[in-house]
Amino acid sequence: MSTIPIEVQDHNPHHSAPPGIKRWLLTTNHKDIGTLYLWFSLLMFLLGGSMAMGIRAELFKPGLQFFEPHFFNQLTTMHGLIMIFGAVMPAFVGLANWMLPIMIGAPDMALPRMNNWSFWILPFAFTLLISTLFMKGGAPDFGWTAYAPLSTTYGPKSTDFFIFSIHLMGISSIMGAINIIATILNLRAPSMTLMKMPIFVWTWLITAFLLIAVMPILAGAVTMMLMDRNFGTSFFNAAGGGDPVMYQHIFWFFGHPEVYIMILPSFGIMSEIIPTFSRKRLFGYPSMVYATCSIAFLSFLVWAHHMFTTGMPVIGEIYFMLATMLIAVPTGVKIFNWVATMFRGSLSFETPMLFAVAFLIMFTMGGFSGLMLAIVPADFQYHDTYFVVAHFHYVLVPGAIFGIMAAVYYWLPKWTGHYYSEHLSKVHFWLSAISINVLFFPMHFLGLAGMPRRIPDYALEFADFNRIASIGGFVFGASQLIFLYIIIKTIRGGEKAPALVWEGANGLEWTLSSPPPYHSFSTPPLVP
Amino acid sequence: MSPSPQFRALVFSLLLAMNPSVQADYIFNMTPGVTEISRGIHNLHMVIFWICVAIGLVVFSVMFYAIIWHRKSRGAKAANFHENTLVEIIWTLIPFSILTMMAIPAAQLLIKMHDTKTDSDLSIKIVGHQWYWEYEYLGEGVRVISRLSTPQEQIQNRDIKNPHYLREVDNHLVVPQKKKIRFLTTANDVIHSWWVPALGVKKDAIPGFINEAWAKIEEPGIYRGQCAELCGVLHGFMPIVIEVKTEAEYQTWLLEKKALMNNHPTIGHTP
Repeated sequence: MSTIPIEVQDHNPHHSAPPGIKRWLLTTNHKDIGTLYLWFSLLMFLLGGSMAMGIRAELFKPGLQFFEPHFFNQLTTMHGLIMIFGAVMPAFVGLANWMLPIMIGAPDMALPRMNNWSFWILPFAFTLLISTLFMKGGAPDFGWTAYAPLSTTYGPKSTDFFIFSIHLMGISSIMGAINIIATILNLRAPSMTLMKMPIFVWTWLITAFLLIAVMPILAGAVTMMLMDRNFGTSFFNAAGGGDPVMYQHIFWFFGHPEVYIMILPSFGIMSEIIPTFSRKRLFGYPSMVYATCSIAFLSFLVWAHHMFTTGMPVIGEIYFMLATMLIAVPTGVKIFNWVATMFRGSLSFETPMLFAVAFLIMFTMGGFSGLMLAIVPADFQYHDTYFVVAHFHYVLVPGAIFGIMAAVYYWLPKWTGHYYSEHLSKVHFWLSAISINVLFFPMHFLGLAGMPRRIPDYALEFADFNRIASIGGFVFGASQLIFLYIIIKTIRGGEKAPALVWEGANGLEWTLSSPPPYHSFSTPPLVP
Repeated sequence: MSPSPQFRALVFSLLLAMNPSVQADYIFNMTPGVTEISRGIHNLHMVIFWICVAIGLVVFSVMFYAIIWHRKSRGAKAANFHENTLVEIIWTLIPFSILTMMAIPAAQLLIKMHDTKTDSDLSIKIVGHQWYWEYEYLGEGVRVISRLSTPQEQIQNRDIKNPHYLREVDNHLVVPQKKKIRFLTTANDVIHSWWVPALGVKKDAIPGFINEAWAKIEEPGIYRGQCAELCGVLHGFMPIVIEVKTEAEYQTWLLEKKALMNNHPTIGHTP
């Protein structure tokens, strides 16, 4: 009664999934787990997004309209946590699950049972986190950064639930990352050398190392928080000899690589999509790989640029300024390479390419504001204002999230076997791309005029741009329902997609039928 | 299809946003402020901004050239180049040297900003509390508690809002003009951040730590700011108002304040 005979049967390409809920609960199939991750991420995106709608509604005009300040702080905190840990990171893991094995010619992920577990932890982690909204004393209200002592001595009771849910998310991420590294290093088709891997695989390999390096640091930080809150320690309590600034150092030593965890896979997606729709090979493949490696390495050396106003010695501030500026160099190289890929190509603008071009432009704009933020004296004026809010939303929404949307449109025909509606998806794109600028661009002005972030009410001189930003926010939020509709519609039916979905596409995933068989590459393919 | 009224309103508000003369309330840029340092910051800000604009123009022009002219629908055939080491080296070195040039004036200004040791004329200790500021004039025995003075009715939208809604306090921080003032920030409970944009000063007030900053303010007047670090429920409701007087007026104010504090030693203490 061993499982071996069943595994042997798996080589049958017509073998299909078990029916009903068991398929999803017990699955060890990388495609199913990828699907689970992606749906979970979409759900969290809509939930975190509806919280953002609440925030923008409250900020539509001066005065308190809908929420008390206490609940407003809970909204900003939960919005940040849900978007980062619930929407962006699981979406990338979902894409990795779906695509890495079929891009490198592997039959599945290297550790399929662990794969199941790393997904199924997430619904529990987020149930725990979201349940805090209904607790007495409310949900965490100290921002996603959870600075001590606001989160320790002064945190609400539910903070302990927040800590445990962070632990769970960390376990899930670490297991996911181990799985990805094991898959990439061990299961590549024999002739696929490292420098022949698709760039998306490369960026995920590097991202996975970042995850393994920094998630334990976050776990350590929140564990110390837990000790301070419940077991009388004083890691971050100045009155007991501890150091509240140390929390920030530890947090940002996690937090800065985390920023790159949320953008490197998007870089990889761009490096797949742009060559496809330019019908031209990626310019400078090796320098793209080296640039990604240097970004990842440098990301460990710049954490304190989030803390310039905490009162560092001048030499420390100068060092962190220089190191931060240095990251702009490899990032610039990537942008230049993508532009060079497009240059003298044969371009067409299907929806994935539209999102990719929007990514290039708006991510670069977010990079520019990042460069401005690196200049320490100027950072003293920008820090903790809406200028920072504008900056990180420019790199995260048209950056990470447009990258994810581009990937979904790019691979959706592969996953479902149907083309999506090009007309509807263009409506989705243009509404999103325009409204996102109406939403976030005025935030630069608000920050420069002196509006701090994380406030539920503001002085009258900030009223006009806040109103514009809110209008943009509502349009952007509503447009995402179109995205949901398109996805459901495409799953249900549509024009049949061939194996090679896009005429300019290259790579092993396009040698499989659309949708691919439940088990693919049981024997390793030949890489040209 | 005629555009809906909402769409028209959106376009109209966008057009408004592009034209600063229509509405005085649209502030687009950082103000240069009223100290040498804040003007230095403003200059750096403008320089790095224009550098970004220039790089952006070059990169986006090339991109849009390709988007417009190298379209498949125009019959463009893809070229075959995909590697050029020299180009890679050039576009690594150019940004690198631009950034290095930018770092030098930034570091110089930074060193100046950190110079709190020399020639300070007075020191003011700033203590952040949930949710108000306390100012202590060191060596003078004067203490000022400064709280939001905007009435609740205005916050709850039951009354018309003052022009300085949420940026007004009961007791101003009064300082003399043209004197080097040293600010020492700390906090009593959680981390706050003391920020007055016109002074170019933002410094975290951290329990158990004392941070330093300084300002030499040229023009008398009233300057406003607020707490910049999330410090709990009423974080958005602890503004800073600093009133800069001439030296003579300041001395008069200080004497009055001292007399008041001698007669009522409890004034200014936390209730």
